[in-house]
Amino acid sequence: MDSTATASVPRSRPLATPPASSAGAERGATLIDIKDLDFYYGAKQALFDINLQIPDKRVTAFIGPSGCGKSTLLRCLNRMNDLIDGTSVKRGAIKIRNVDIYGRDVDPIELRKRVGMVFQKSNPFPKSIYENITYGLRIQGVKNKTRLDEVVEKSLRGAALWDEVKDRLHESGLGLSGGQQQRLCIARTIAVEPEVILMDEPCSALDPIATAKVEELIHELKKQFTIIIVTHSMQQAARCSDQTAFFYMGKLIEFDATHNIFMNPKNPQTEAYVSGRFG
Amino acid sequence: MSSPLPDSANPFAPRPTPARRLEGAVSWIFRIATYFVLACGLSIFATIFWKGSATVFRAEFPFVNTAFFTQAPETLYVFEWQGEKREMGDKEFRVFREAEAAKAAAEGRPAPVIRADSYAHSAGGIFPNVVGTVLLVVGSMTIALTLGVCAAIYLSEYARDTAAVRLIRLAILNLAGVPSIVFGLFGFGMFVIFFDWNVSLLAGWFTLAFMVLPVIITASEESLKAVPKGFREGSLALGATKWQTIRKNVLPYALPGILTSSILGIARVAGETAPIMFTAAFVISDRLPWQVEKFSDMFFQGVMALPYHIYVVSSKIPQNEYTERMQYGTAFVFLFTVGLIALTSILLRNKLRGRYKW
Repeated sequence: MDSTATASVPRSRPLATPPASSAGAERGATLIDIKDLDFYYGAKQALFDINLQIPDKRVTAFIGPSGCGKSTLLRCLNRMNDLIDGTSVKRGAIKIRNVDIYGRDVDPIELRKRVGMVFQKSNPFPKSIYENITYGLRIQGVKNKTRLDEVVEKSLRGAALWDEVKDRLHESGLGLSGGQQQRLCIARTIAVEPEVILMDEPCSALDPIATAKVEELIHELKKQFTIIIVTHSMQQAARCSDQTAFFYMGKLIEFDATHNIFMNPKNPQTEAYVSGRFG
Repeated sequence: MSSPLPDSANPFAPRPTPARRLEGAVSWIFRIATYFVLACGLSIFATIFWKGSATVFRAEFPFVNTAFFTQAPETLYVFEWQGEKREMGDKEFRVFREAEAAKAAAEGRPAPVIRADSYAHSAGGIFPNVVGTVLLVVGSMTIALTLGVCAAIYLSEYARDTAAVRLIRLAILNLAGVPSIVFGLFGFGMFVIFFDWNVSLLAGWFTLAFMVLPVIITASEESLKAVPKGFREGSLALGATKWQTIRKNVLPYALPGILTSSILGIARVAGETAPIMFTAAFVISDRLPWQVEKFSDMFFQGVMALPYHIYVVSSKIPQNEYTERMQYGTAFVFLFTVGLIALTSILLRNKLRGRYKW
């Protein structure tokens, strides 16, 4: 896999106006800073007082039982929750590179170009593989054929899919297998060169072999991207994340290095969950 | 089963219970009802085809009645002349009468009195009617699809689910149930009188468009909603704006469904008589729609239309063998025209549907 392909691309298009110091942020420094976050669906509170610092170019896993708010928090990070009527951040802030992404001077469109997302159900568009990959660039107005061709190859290599599909780039993306479709969605996301990739249970519909491939891919991708993955599988969190956040009933119970969460949890609820006693 | 078993050994043998008997009777009732409807439909089509084809087709080359397709309706004159029964259209009859009068004058006789029975609209053809119907369909469907798809996109993609929006939806559904004559009266009051457009193509377009709008909005909204949410989310997550998402990743997939609804719309627009009888239809017009002094006049004149022509020749003129040809010929051409438009849309839809599958 050619993982260096996307690494050389300079990061352009700042989110809003980041402080000068953020340009050379080092690996592992805090990229996303969530502070005192209360989030509501209409009158129903879904997230309670979340405080979380997510480091740059690492894999962070969100785990917890169904309805614990992990997906909600994930979708707050690229403001996908804006699409649901009545949602609101009532208190607190989410800062990416010190910019409050719910601030008035932030355009969610620009935010989503920098914070990409891979969904639970793989959703390749009913277009060719080539058109799927170039979708993000085309809506930004890129028309240069050479540039598009380059990006397609680079993104597909980055998503470990190039060798499998290079001879049928102009066939429908829906003709691929489930695992390939999900990697196509990952390729489509990295084609717009985001900084952060959010993954909402990306393997829940995949068989073990396809899951292993995506996990391997996550390992490669974290060299260039900050990855946040929501997962129901604790083994998956243990296998591929650097740190893990455990959520329960809309609250962040514990956040620590993955090793500590699974081997040496400090909170009894975390211990009960990771040892399989509930959830 | 090779070896016969005693009756008692078969626990699955049919038993003559009431439910069993009812089952058989019910399936027959449904079957008969279905075939009865089919028979009614077929007999209507067969009658129109049989009687209409006598007007439309000819036994000798070019096998179609070209005059029927190229001429305007005329009054038919039927008379006896020198012991022979003659049928002539209005223009032909006038030429004939003058020629006979001139011939008589040359020979020093008084002009012959020709006693002819006249039947309105029973000679000539229906060319202006076909033209008028096509113009009405194209114009009103353009207006209806533009407005309807815009409204459907707003309702399905942009509007929040508020009480006002629910009220709008309810109003649209109700509008679909309003009788077409009411739309005709509305169009008459609104476009013909208030906007002072007179009986015109424009008034007819808007009246017909408003009549099919509810159907088109409802069906378009349904087909937009049938596009999976994942396509929208996937597009927005790549940094597309809402409109980019709709234009590139929602609308193309909804288009086959929207076209299906517009097929129904076309059939209604082409077939309705009531909305155009006060707003756009002329009984007779001696000019074709494009025979105007300046281009814009075209939209401010009435047209002849197929359904209204059927109404005129069937209701205003006493029934007789001469008019009957016109009635069935027009009905035949009308069904054929609508069928052709619908077929085009179906082919287009199938082509689009083949391209986008998920």
